[in-house]
Amino acid sequence: MERPPLKVQVVAADREVWAGDVVNVIARTTEGDIGILPGHEPLMAALVPCVVDIVTDDGRSETLAVDGGFISVAQGHVYILSQEAVMGEEVTLELAYKASHELAAIRDAGDISDEQLHHLNILHAQIRAGEKVQNRQSA
Amino acid sequence: MELIAASRIIKAQQAARSALPYTRALTHAVSALATYADVAHPLLEDHQPPRRSAMLLITGDRGLAGAYSANVIKAAEQLHAKLVGEEGQECIQYLTGTKGVAYFDFRDRHVEQSWTGFSDAPTYADARAISDVLIERFLRPYEEGGVDQIHVVGTRFVSMLTQQAVAVRLLPLVVEDSDEAPVNGEVIPFYTFEPDAGAVLDQLLPMYVANRVFTALLQSSASELASRQRAMKSATDNAQDLIERLTREANQARQAEITQEISEIVGGAAALSESAGNE
Repeated sequence: MERPPLKVQVVAADREVWAGDVVNVIARTTEGDIGILPGHEPLMAALVPCVVDIVTDDGRSETLAVDGGFISVAQGHVYILSQEAVMGEEVTLELAYKASHELAAIRDAGDISDEQLHHLNILHAQIRAGEKVQNRQSA
Repeated sequence: MELIAASRIIKAQQAARSALPYTRALTHAVSALATYADVAHPLLEDHQPPRRSAMLLITGDRGLAGAYSANVIKAAEQLHAKLVGEEGQECIQYLTGTKGVAYFDFRDRHVEQSWTGFSDAPTYADARAISDVLIERFLRPYEEGGVDQIHVVGTRFVSMLTQQAVAVRLLPLVVEDSDEAPVNGEVIPFYTFEPDAGAVLDQLLPMYVANRVFTALLQSSASELASRQRAMKSATDNAQDLIERLTREANQARQAEITQEISEIVGGAAALSESAGNE
């Protein structure tokens, strides 16, 4: 049966990052990757810092990076709430590389705080999202 | 000043508006969770009677905003009197904005921690820093200085003309059951939680608290700018009135001087011609 597309809203604390009709959303919860198709049962799940892949109604792909938060699915609406969500296009790769190298150096030295580790994970997600968009554009 | 405030207020209102979808989605999720999952969470724990409270007071960084900071400080003093005087609690003070800091410094009253420098354009990171401190304090056991309640005193932006100083309780959270569902004629769906309701709540509630603080900061910043605009408008109007009155006075004085000079000359000429006629 053909189901109507999902209405997805990705919101950060201070703005709406992305909204649109979508046929597939992939995100990573604390339990592992989850894919959501139209008609999914109501779900609320905690996310970890990750890349969110979205396939829109008209076949385009969108890539975003989130810093955790949660995803809620109900009645054809999907909300992804994350305090700092960014579009893959908005990631400045050079800055993200630099910051992640600095944090990785701290981690390798063995004295990384939980907060820094969390930040490093966010940066990795942003880099993956940014690279994905770049590859798509060059392809 | 009036025009600067007027242009900034549009930005502040936009910021408040663009934070709205997040607030709405978050509130909806929290009330859905509270409705279906009967889980206890430290942030929802209400200790009765409360023994110690913390208060976050949101004031402006700069003056020339009429009674903006004075009003919110007055509201804070009322709450302080209620908490300490009537309920016999200890009250720990947190502050944002240099005006509040100056007020407390001058009276030599202890402030636990203060944040300044963002009163007219708060960012989410500012709110996050504040809420992290507040949550940590709330979760600490009472014996180690933890608090049972946290209040926020800020200013609510009602309209360009009306701003209201308000005190609200931030923690423990009061989760209102969603009032949106009956309007749409649908019930809150029975969610599956992953990994479980407790873990989702763990993730959600700190976000909710930070969002509440952020909203309070945004509302206060819009209110500050609105009162500054109003104060500066009346200052400009007053100055205009003053200029008009003084110009009139100056004109009158000049005219009086000229009249006197003319009558002196005429008088002098008359005296001369009279004396010439006599000779």
